[in-house]
Parts: sequence; structure tokens; C-alpha cells
Amino acid sequence: MSGDVNDPKAATGEIHLAVSGVSKHFGGVRAVEDVTLLVGCGELISIIGPNGAGKTSLLNMISGFYRPDTGSISFEGKDIIGTRPSDIAAMGIARTFQNIALFSGMTVLDNIMLGRHVRMKAGVLSSFIYWGLAQKEEVAHRARVEELIEFLELEDLRKQPSNGLAYGLRKRVELARALALDPKLLLLDEPMGGMNQEEKEDMARFILDVNQQWGTTIILIEHDMAVVMDISDRVAVLDRGRKIAEGSPGEMQRHPDVITAYLGTAKARMEAAA
Amino acid sequence: MTATTLPRLLLRNAETMAAQPAMREKNRGIWRTFTWAQSWDEVRDFASGLAASGFRRGDKLAVIGDNRPRLYWAQLAAQCLGGTAVPMYQDSIAAELAFVLDHAEISVVVAEDQEQVDKILSLKAKLPRLELIVYDDPRGLRHYKTGVLKSFDELQAAGREFSASHPGSVEAEIDKGDPDDLALLTYTSGTTGHPKGVMLSHTNLLSSAEAFGAAEDIRATDEMLCYLPMAWIGDSLFSMVLTLLVGFTCNCPERPDTVQRDLRELGPTIALAPPRIWENMLTQLRVRTADSTPLKRKAFELFRTLAERAETRRGTGKQPSALARLGLLLGEVLIYGPVRDQLGLRRARWVYTGGAPLGPDTFKFFRSFGINLKQVWGSTELSGLASLQPDGEADPDTVGRVVPPTEVRIAEDGEVLIRSAGVFKGYYKQPDATSDALTEDRWFRTGDSGFIDRRGHLVVVDRAKDVGKLADSTPFAPQFVENKLKFSPFIAEAVAFGDRRPFVAAIVAIDLTTVGNWAERHNLAYTSFQDLSGKPEVRRLIGAAIGEVNASLPAAARINRFLLLNKEFDADDNEITRTRKVRRRFVAEKYAAVVEAFYSGEQEVELTTEITYEDGRKAILTSTIAIEDVVKGAEPAREPAYA
Repeated sequence: MSGDVNDPKAATGEIHLAVSGVSKHFGGVRAVEDVTLLVGCGELISIIGPNGAGKTSLLNMISGFYRPDTGSISFEGKDIIGTRPSDIAAMGIARTFQNIALFSGMTVLDNIMLGRHVRMKAGVLSSFIYWGLAQKEEVAHRARVEELIEFLELEDLRKQPSNGLAYGLRKRVELARALALDPKLLLLDEPMGGMNQEEKEDMARFILDVNQQWGTTIILIEHDMAVVMDISDRVAVLDRGRKIAEGSPGEMQRHPDVITAYLGTAKARMEAAA
Repeated sequence: MTATTLPRLLLRNAETMAAQPAMREKNRGIWRTFTWAQSWDEVRDFASGLAASGFRRGDKLAVIGDNRPRLYWAQLAAQCLGGTAVPMYQDSIAAELAFVLDHAEISVVVAEDQEQVDKILSLKAKLPRLELIVYDDPRGLRHYKTGVLKSFDELQAAGREFSASHPGSVEAEIDKGDPDDLALLTYTSGTTGHPKGVMLSHTNLLSSAEAFGAAEDIRATDEMLCYLPMAWIGDSLFSMVLTLLVGFTCNCPERPDTVQRDLRELGPTIALAPPRIWENMLTQLRVRTADSTPLKRKAFELFRTLAERAETRRGTGKQPSALARLGLLLGEVLIYGPVRDQLGLRRARWVYTGGAPLGPDTFKFFRSFGINLKQVWGSTELSGLASLQPDGEADPDTVGRVVPPTEVRIAEDGEVLIRSAGVFKGYYKQPDATSDALTEDRWFRTGDSGFIDRRGHLVVVDRAKDVGKLADSTPFAPQFVENKLKFSPFIAEAVAFGDRRPFVAAIVAIDLTTVGNWAERHNLAYTSFQDLSGKPEVRRLIGAAIGEVNASLPAAARINRFLLLNKEFDADDNEITRTRKVRRRFVAEKYAAVVEAFYSGEQEVELTTEITYEDGRKAILTSTIAIEDVVKGAEPAREPAYA
């Protein structure tokens, strides 16, 4: 990023999402153990950790797919445990998945339009005859979707079926669909997995733009350390279900526990290879 | 010819054609129209904003980006104030930009987006004269804190404030404008050496456009898609000058990668494209044909052959037979019409190729499908166009007749000389180059050799200095051979060697789309361009394609040996110009080892190539590449089919 960039985020210090002391066990497996995480409004926070550290489980609890065994999660001051995933989405929490979950027979445009579904209010009958509110709504929603298509540079793919697209592009469409929800909090589960360097750079730029332009709070799970260290405001490190450290990217790179648990393994591997 | 300026024409159009569309831009999926009255408002506000920030008569404003209405308006705004517009290639690397921005003493740059702004900002320290950078698309730029950066909207807002206290000031500046003022300073990429700044006055540009408009009856109701680089004189001439003169509508595509779709939606009536685009269109068409069902493929081939035969007959002045005419009628319904529609050329009345010679086979293909493709010829120094083929006189071998009142003369050494009101004022700050390019009575030396044929058409043979001789003194025109090669859908670019050599050899860059598609259909796995071009199967494929080309070449000009390059020819590496013309000398120098290997009979060559990334970083690519001999006498039994 250019040195001329000013940090845009107003340091309101307001807590957007508060996860406190949550645990989740699957039989004997302690997927998440007593994790506390406070996310400020407009913050871009990354969660890193080795495989099976509980990162996706944590995301699943925030988005309502799992119910934590203990602890509490509140979003904008409201307790959201026990709320259905669809209602959580309507509150403004959107997510993308580690494995792409697009409707493969549908076009890019229709996939993104689907993301607007929770924002549509017209009833079945008026939608069916496409009249009155339904028509007005459709036009307004399409305008918002076009804005996202422009934002993510998908203009040439509008009418393409999503299954024919390259992997990196499908990831981008998935991000567009999540953004179509007009989320206040965006959960991204490995948005750059399986991408080449150029695609990663594009995706990193899009994520930063979402964060800066719309002030969307973002929780990012990502394995590419270079990207994480480059774009995050703060990094939390999970290891075997527990949060072992949290702080600025610079601090995390120096933190002894993090080096042993995460970066250390890579370092050891590198040393072993050398 | 009436003496006027571009801004005065804009004012005239804003009055006489106020509610008619001047420009359209596809944005968020919808074509948005700007009338002439709106265009004038935009230009006036921007010009006021420039005036408020200190832009004065004689100052220069550069634009860089894809074709956007605001970049065209910015150029006109500069001209309103008596300034000069300097359009730049959007894909230029930083070092090229630095040269132009410094040489032209640019004080204001209007950039399309963050990518371009970043490039300019990285050079800012070296450009003390640069005072203001204006951007069109604010995305990603909101948080840049630097005093020189302003958004287009901000500058226009400042302009409205300024004109509230200085009413009519822009109009007053337009009144002061002289037709002989410098309107456009455009840098020729040049196949040799450093770019040169070509100075063109309002009179230069307008006389060229006026002559062309008169010859072709282009009207206010015509439509054009503006997608060619704004720094190319062809685009300036049509999208800035001719549109002001005639009043037709310029349409800006949504993004560079949507051009084909936008073209189809719009169905423009004017289409101007360099050979590269026509070659691409044909390649795309062939890929799609190969991917379709056998029945469709057969039908396509059948009607294509029929149409090409008819076109050849027409070329000799004969009409096709009654039976053939019936077939053509059927073909029109089944194939030709739909193909034209798919290409977005169904309504195209004025279709031109220019900028470089187009291979005769490609030319013939489009014409036989009912597209009125004609050659035009000119150069930046001639304000764009100097000659064109009138309807009914299209011919792949000529560049048509010079447009009156342009005069043409062939010098004793065969060089084509042109004199007209469109001949440029000179190269900026290069009086020596200027006096080399102009004779004493202001004929422009084009650097092309040529002759006038029986019909009065100008025939441009080749860049005069490129024509050579083979060892047995047979004349050798590399471009002729290369164009033949490029007709093969598998070959994207080729450079032929043979001057003072015993035989012809060629460096070939494969077409990644078609060869990749071919590889997929033949279960050939590959990872990258380099990998694909190194496959022996691909070498055999290209060898066969060259064998086919050889069959249509005179014996001495046949290609004996070739090599598949491990990368594409790239303007960032200086191998081609930004308008995609091969820089022959540079390529010959860069690949001297390859050329030596061709003629010393080596079977392979160690090739070290330097790759330049768009941000100026460089990388070295080393590999051993096989040199292939073209099998002689293995001529194809039938018409070369793509599949």
C-alpha cells in the first residue's frame, strides 16, 4: 500500500462484536476452549492458527451455525446465541465459506442477487405477478448488485454461469454475494485459499477496499501470513482451541508463543529443509 | 475549410444539437447518455476548475486511462483555455510515462483510477512541473493525503465556484483561441528509438477530419465504440475531432474486457480497428466454430468457402454465378448475418483497418462475410488519415486513394511523400528530427516506400528500411511473410528474418488461447505459456501451419526454420510498440543468438530473456529452446481447417 494512505478508521473504540469465554466441544474434541475476542467497529482482524485450531468453528458460532456450550456472543450489544443463522444474517453478519458455496447452474448476477434475498420484503403474490412493490424492489436491489459488480470488477461475467468460472473468480463472486447482504460484519473463511499470487493480491485489495470504503468490520481467517500481516489491524492466534495471543501484526510476529505454536513450526520446517 | 477550433465546435454543437447524444458510457450495466449540451457543461466546469487552479494558455494537460468520457472532456477543457492535450498509453510503464511527462512539461495529469495515480505519484519527485493530478474513479483513493491530488468532481465544483465570480470566462478564453494553436501533442511509440512528440494544431486535426468526413459521408446519426488507446491518433481523430465536426455519438465501453459484448449490444455503424483486433476477432470466431457441433462446423466451412470464392471473383470484376448467388443468399440467412451480429458489426457501414498492414487472407475473410472492411492509411504526423479506399474499391494490397485535397508524391528513392493541411507542425523540442521529416516545401517524408498503381491507389510496400534482399538477391519483405503466418489461428506474432541470408527463418509466438484450446482437445496437459510453447506436439502443430503458409509463398520466401518463443511479444519489453507493431530491429538485436543459430544450423539455442513487469521490475528467464526445420514437400492435402 502507498505511504500516502491515511488510516481512515475513526477510533470510536466502540465494540462491534464481543465473544466472551465461548467453548465448543464435539464429543471429546475441544474445538474451541474459553475464547474471548473483542472486535471494534470498522476493524479488520485476522484469526490465524494451525489446522484444527478451531478457527472455522469460532466463525460458525458467530454466524449461528453452532451453538456454543458455554460463554456469550453479542453483536452490537445484543446477545445472539440461539438466534437462527438467517436472522443473524438479517442483523448484518455475512460470511463466505472455505469451500465455495455458489449455486452452480445460476449466473453470476443471479447468485449475487440471491444475497439480497433477506433484504426483500415483497410478498409471494406480488413477486409472482412482478407488480408494485416487487418491481420497485427488484430495480433497487439490482442497482445495488450492479454497484457490487463494478466494485469487484465482474462486469464481463454477469451472464456467465458460475460453475464455468475459474476458482479465483468464483471466490470473488462469493464475496459479492456476501456483500449483497449489506453486512456490517463480514466473516471471511480463507478467501484466498487455492489462489495464485496475482489473485491473492487482487482479493487482498478488494477486502481492504470493503473495509475502508464502507467501514465494514471484517474477521478474516487466512493462512497466507504475508497477506495477514499486510492488511490486518489486529491478529488473534488460536492453537488447539485456545487463544494464545492477540495484538498488532508486528507484535504477533515477535511473540514467542506464536512462534512456537504457529510460525515456529514453519521455521522449524524450513530449518529442517535447509 | 473554415478556420475554427475544437472548443468552438463544441459550443456550436451544444447549441445546434443540444439534446442529441454526444457520448454514452456503460456504467453499472446501463448505457448512460450525455447530450451535447451536457458535454459542454461538463467541459466548461472542468475548464473553470483548471483555470481556478492556475492552468494558463500554452500549458499542457495529460490524460491516462481507458476511454472514459471524462478523459475526453478533460482534453477539450484544456483546449478551451488555449492549452494542449497530451494523451498517453494507459499500459505504459513508469519509465515511459516519466519521459513523456517530463519532455512535454506537463502541469496537470488526469488519470482514470488508482492504478494510474499510483504510477504518476511514484514519479512525482522527478517531475517538478507537475502541479495537479485529477482522478476520475475515486475507488481506493479516498484516503490518499497529498496536496496535488483532486477528484474530477472536486475540480468541477471548484470550477463552478470560480465561474460564479468570473462568469463567461471560459467562453472568453475560447474566443481568444487561434486555429493555429497547438491542440494535441501526441507521442509516437515509434518502431525505432525514443518517442517523439508530434505537435498538431486545431487546423491540422480539423482539415484531416474534414477531408475524411467529406469522402465518407459520416453523419450525426452514426455510432462508434471508442475502445482503442486514447494515445493512438486514430482514436483522437475519430473520438475527439470527427465527432465534434460531424456530431456522431461516441460510446465508451464498460471495461476493456467487455468490449466484445458492448460492441454487440451497441451495433455501432463506424468501426475502426488496427489489424491486431481483426486478427483477434477471426481467431475467436475460429475457436468458437471449433467448439461447436460437427454439423454447424461443416455449414460454416461450406459457406465460408463459397463466400471467399465469390469475393475473389468480385475482385476481378466478375459477378458470382446464379447458383452461387442463391447459395450466398442462403448463407446470408444461416451464417453471414448471424456472424456479423455476433461480432457486433451488423449495422456497421464504415469499417476500417489501419495502423499497420492487414494480412490479405484476414481482409478477404471479413469482406466475404459482408463486412465492408476497407484499408485506411496515415500517420500521427499527418493528423491521422491520409488515404482510404472508396466503396467498391477495397483491395488488400493497396491503402486506397489519398483523400482530397491531400497531395501525394513518390520520391526518387521510392519513399512516399505527403503534403496537406494536416501535416504536423513539428516534433516538440526536436527541430533536427522535424527538418529531417519535412522537405523544404513541407512535404512529409513518411518513411514508407510505395508506388501509385494503375487505378490511382497508393500501395505501401513496407517500412522502406525493412525491405531487404535474400542472398540470391530476391527481394524480401518480412511483413508480407509475417502477415501470412499470423493468418494461422495458432500464431499470434511472428518476426521473419532473411535480409542478406541464404533463406527465411522466423521467431514465432504462439496464440495462447487457440493453442491452449487445441491442447485441451488433444489431452495435452500444460501449465504455462512457456511450458506449452516448449511441447514437441505444439512445435509439430506450428510446423504444419508454417508448411501450409509456405505452400502459398514464392519458393525463395518460404520459411525453412523457426523457433517458438517462450513468452509473448510484449510492449513492456520493448519488442512491440504500444500499438502492437513489431520493433524489428530491436527484436533482431535482442534475439541475435537465435538468429545466429538459425543460420549456423544449430538444433537448439540457449535463450536468456529479460521480462519487464508493468511496475518496472525485471526478471530473467533462461531456457533452452529447440529450433525446428520445416519439413519440405509435406504440403497439406486439403484446405487447412482449424480443428
